[in-house]
Amino acid sequence: MGLEARLKSEGFITSTVDAVVAWARENSVWPMPMGISCCAIEMMASGDPRYDIARFGSEVMRFTPRQCDLMIVAGTVTYKMAHVVRKIYDQMPDPKWVIAMGACTSSGGMYRSYNVVQGIDQFLPVDIYLAGCPPRPDNLLNALMQIQNKIGKTKARDFQDKKLPDLTVL
Amino acid sequence: MTSLLFKLTKCLFLDNFGIQNLSKSMIEQYIPVFLVLGFAVFFAVAVALSSGIFGPQRPTTEKLSTYESGMKPVGTTRERISVKYYLVAMFFIIFDLEVIFIYPWAVEFKRLFGEIGSPVFISMLIFLIVLELGYLYAYRKGGFKWD
Repeated sequence: MGLEARLKSEGFITSTVDAVVAWARENSVWPMPMGISCCAIEMMASGDPRYDIARFGSEVMRFTPRQCDLMIVAGTVTYKMAHVVRKIYDQMPDPKWVIAMGACTSSGGMYRSYNVVQGIDQFLPVDIYLAGCPPRPDNLLNALMQIQNKIGKTKARDFQDKKLPDLTVL
Repeated sequence: MTSLLFKLTKCLFLDNFGIQNLSKSMIEQYIPVFLVLGFAVFFAVAVALSSGIFGPQRPTTEKLSTYESGMKPVGTTRERISVKYYLVAMFFIIFDLEVIFIYPWAVEFKRLFGEIGSPVFISMLIFLIVLELGYLYAYRKGGFKWD
């Protein structure tokens, strides 16, 4: 039964706080667009009317980490940039999630080089790895939906006592 | 707008509560509006508080540090700008005003001079003299010495 039909017939609905909080969290995932290179173009494309990331409640790309829940690392991360990425991740409020967008970010990609980090999971707790070079916008939306599924399974106070991930800062 | 809000609240609340016929009393008519206002305040407060209840607070020094696009924050917020800058600002205003006023004046000069005569020329001359006084001042202060 739909929400409106139920409201008409019974006049009220019941739910758990966990469900409501999870619902609110998963439908308002605000991304931090960490657009470092070409993947960022596809990330921008996912915000346009054709793909419309706003359908998932994530159109508010915030350029300050203080208001973000989701970090989309889009692009090749060099060792020099890794400090910046990690610092911005640290400055985001909990709870937070990370998408490693594209081959370079996930594994270094074609840059098997002395200056490129071979996968950002060396210094960030990655939730979703996104295949593609660069991934299509639909692929990014898919990753976002996966994140939403993941958030939907959490309870309201799951993140209260979560220890910070113990990862080496490069 | 108000009537729309009223209708909306009527369908939302009153019909569900089985109240069909509204009383003629003014204050009673506005009860749904007060309901909506109360609900709005309650909702706003509840949402603001709930983030404090359900969201984890784990402040670290890193998290509380100033955001400078991921760089280490350098220097203070109250950066001082050299007083020399006022000379640049003066030059900007002088030339800006000159261009803004002289350009249309020059375009229409022939026609105006034919119609009115020398006052067209003299008034602009006075304007320029006033401007040039400022220019001279900035020049004497060393405004063109860049290093």
